[in-house]
Amino acid sequence: MMSGSVVDNTVSSGNSSAAIPTDISGQILDLDEDDDLEVFSKDTTLTDGSSFNASMQTSPASMINQYKFEEDADTKDIFVTVDNPESHVTAIETYITYRVMTKTTRSEFDSSEFEVRRRYQDFLWLKGRLEEAHPTLIAHPLPEKFVVKGMVERFNEDFIETRRRALHRFLNKIAEHPIFSSSEDFKIFLTAASGELTSHKKQGPGFLSRMGDTVKAVAAAVRGVRNRPQEFTEMQEYVEAFSQKISSLDKVTQRIVREQKEYLEELKECGPTYALWSQSEEELAEPLKNVAGCVDRCCKETEEQVKNLSDHLIPVLHEYVLCADTLKMRNDLDKAEDRLEWANNALKSDWTRWQKVMRTDLRSAFVDTAERNVSYYEKCLAVWESFLHSQRTDAEGNGKVDFS
Amino acid sequence: MEKKPPKKLQAKHKSPRSINFKVIKLCSNHSRNKLKPEALILAKSEEQLLSAYGKTNGCVLTRDAGLGIEYCDSLDQNLQMVEKGTSLLKKMEISVAEAEKRTGKNAVNMQETYTVYLIEMRPVDAASEGTNPVPDSLWRRYSEFELLRNYLLVTYPFLVVPPLPEKRAEFVWHKLSADNMDPDFVERRRVGLENFLLRVASHPDLSTDKIFYSFLTEENGWKETVFETGFQAKADSRLKALNATFRVKNPDKRFAEMKHYGDELQSVISQLLRVRARAADRLYGVYKVHGNYGRVFSEWSAIEKEMGDGLQSAGHHMDAYAASVDDILEEEEHYADQMKEYLFYADALRAVCRKHELTQYELEMAAQDLTSKKQQREELATGTIRTFSLKGVTSKLFGQETPEQREAKLKMLETQIEEGEELVKERNAECEEFVKSAWVDIERFKEQKDHDLREALISYAIMQISMCKKGIQVWNNAKECFSKM
Repeated sequence: MMSGSVVDNTVSSGNSSAAIPTDISGQILDLDEDDDLEVFSKDTTLTDGSSFNASMQTSPASMINQYKFEEDADTKDIFVTVDNPESHVTAIETYITYRVMTKTTRSEFDSSEFEVRRRYQDFLWLKGRLEEAHPTLIAHPLPEKFVVKGMVERFNEDFIETRRRALHRFLNKIAEHPIFSSSEDFKIFLTAASGELTSHKKQGPGFLSRMGDTVKAVAAAVRGVRNRPQEFTEMQEYVEAFSQKISSLDKVTQRIVREQKEYLEELKECGPTYALWSQSEEELAEPLKNVAGCVDRCCKETEEQVKNLSDHLIPVLHEYVLCADTLKMRNDLDKAEDRLEWANNALKSDWTRWQKVMRTDLRSAFVDTAERNVSYYEKCLAVWESFLHSQRTDAEGNGKVDFS
Repeated sequence: MEKKPPKKLQAKHKSPRSINFKVIKLCSNHSRNKLKPEALILAKSEEQLLSAYGKTNGCVLTRDAGLGIEYCDSLDQNLQMVEKGTSLLKKMEISVAEAEKRTGKNAVNMQETYTVYLIEMRPVDAASEGTNPVPDSLWRRYSEFELLRNYLLVTYPFLVVPPLPEKRAEFVWHKLSADNMDPDFVERRRVGLENFLLRVASHPDLSTDKIFYSFLTEENGWKETVFETGFQAKADSRLKALNATFRVKNPDKRFAEMKHYGDELQSVISQLLRVRARAADRLYGVYKVHGNYGRVFSEWSAIEKEMGDGLQSAGHHMDAYAASVDDILEEEEHYADQMKEYLFYADALRAVCRKHELTQYELEMAAQDLTSKKQQREELATGTIRTFSLKGVTSKLFGQETPEQREAKLKMLETQIEEGEELVKERNAECEEFVKSAWVDIERFKEQKDHDLREALISYAIMQISMCKKGIQVWNNAKECFSKM
């Protein structure tokens, strides 16, 4: 139930334990349930009837559980990809758009395949909307606007590619989220033509944003629960510790990249030194040139390994640093308010879900890194083994050594 | 007839360095038996032996059948030295077994701490039979080695005299200490000194030198014996002459080229050592930072339930990875030492060329002197003064000499010319002899250098392979742990 008239007049307030005024926009207090959240449920039949207990099927928490069940049953029904960055030049500005392709079997969508172009601003908008609408849920972070410390140019190829990957991950996280993926804004984002999207964005604060205000207020109440259930406290403590650890990992990985780069700088001088030496030699010229070649090839592999770390592991770690920061902030305010247990449960379910996703993400990121490192060493191994082999065949050929 | 099985060699010995020769014997036995490398089956004691050898020599000996030949390749250097078979090495096994700290008063009566090295000589036959007679041994310090080498330099100026390990640690990367008292430095010096002795002992000419032999056998009184040879005087005059600038009129092209090569070799190896040291420094950093992963994973695992175990064990592997760099870089130090030996050899080569130049110069000076004396005689005899000389001018100013004076002068000149001709003949012979001997030794050196450096490059490749294999293992293990997260 929200301010004014719009949706869901079918909500009956008759049986609720507390009287719910029709217009609650100005009121923050004393709500056992937040009817507003129900508005976002697509299935209005769920709002039929009765009391709004946490345990009831009608509660958002149970809805999350329902979706969770569906997720577990492996029915991913929406697939999103972000690719094909292109640069656009207008009189006012230059910017990059990305192609966003969607394949889905969901009935809410008019078609099963969509292709649109979106720019970073659009993603920002989407995230903002989702956070407004669901302040208690955990949204995946977006890549930052620009990287200040590295003085990375906005249109640098590597930067664009890194951003593209991050945007891809962001949309997929939303698509996999039971509640976010049902968002109207998300649907519009995926399907609307550019003009449509612009005008939708321009729409006045409308019921959705007013909804947002209310919900924000409620959320503030959620944050300020005095008698927090123990799990809530545990979550806080965990988030604090997790945030520290993931930040450390991010820093350690960045440090590794720095050290690798410096190692590479020195290694790059080795090959040419061997090559220079080979010019003064006769018999030794060939093996020296060979070694020079091997060192150079190892340099290339090292370069690629550094790039892999930067392109794959660091962005994921970084996203979880941002995630952890966001999670920490949710626990900041300490307003003494009441036990909105259903809200806590909604949070808790999403929290459980988030932990699972985090575990999957980080596990695969580290497994991936380990695999790449193995591959790096395997390639270098092959380089040096080929050198040994050449020396042996040479020696045999020259009749110098009898290998029999 | 039954094939004699390869002799079982004792891996245990008081001196790890005597393993050298045992292993050489092992290899020569195997290669003489013409066993295929893949069939290089070793008895357990032999494996232990090779493993111990590998550790002390800093070469990686792998068990792979395909790389079986590496057993022999890395040892080839020493094997060659023995097989070259100077009579000395055929009889005696030489090693620098230990190092010890001593304190004493030095020349200016100040207390000093220094290191002494134990030289052991053992008859060859005894070792192979497995009996362990007490070796002849004596202690020497680095300065005595220096004295020996200086003596050899002066006595055999036409030979490329093997170099000593560096006096002070150079081309160090930060983790290594540049301190002469550091145990790692002392250990590497011990290896270098042994190498020096083996090099001298395997040289066809140097190995027969009596002073060298007494260096190995007479602890007391050796110094006096050396000084008695009077080499110092020769050394001083030589040094003076070498440091003076002189131009040779007809430089020998071959020696000029050799000197140029020596310059280039010295320059490029220095560069290589510098670059390598810096790279080693950086590589150390990369590996050690991974240790932080270990720490953070461990801390993180404490707050996780399902991920805990995977993280914890992954952390251990990260710690192992970080620790593995110490061994890797220690092995690389041996490679650096091999390069350093040839850096200093380059200097020895240049010294030979320089000394040849000096010999040439002295010949030219003698010849020049002779020519001018002959000219003087001619002028005196014919009375014509073709060359401007002070004598000529003064005689013009103060009157001609008496016939008696002229006679006397002529006679003196004749003697001088005779002596001069002798000198030229001598110097010429010296020069020719020098050129002949030097060139033989330079050829020998070239072959040795090509062989040794090629082996060094091969052992470098083997090291890299070993490092890669370790990396593959660690990261595969880590991957398994991560997938259990």
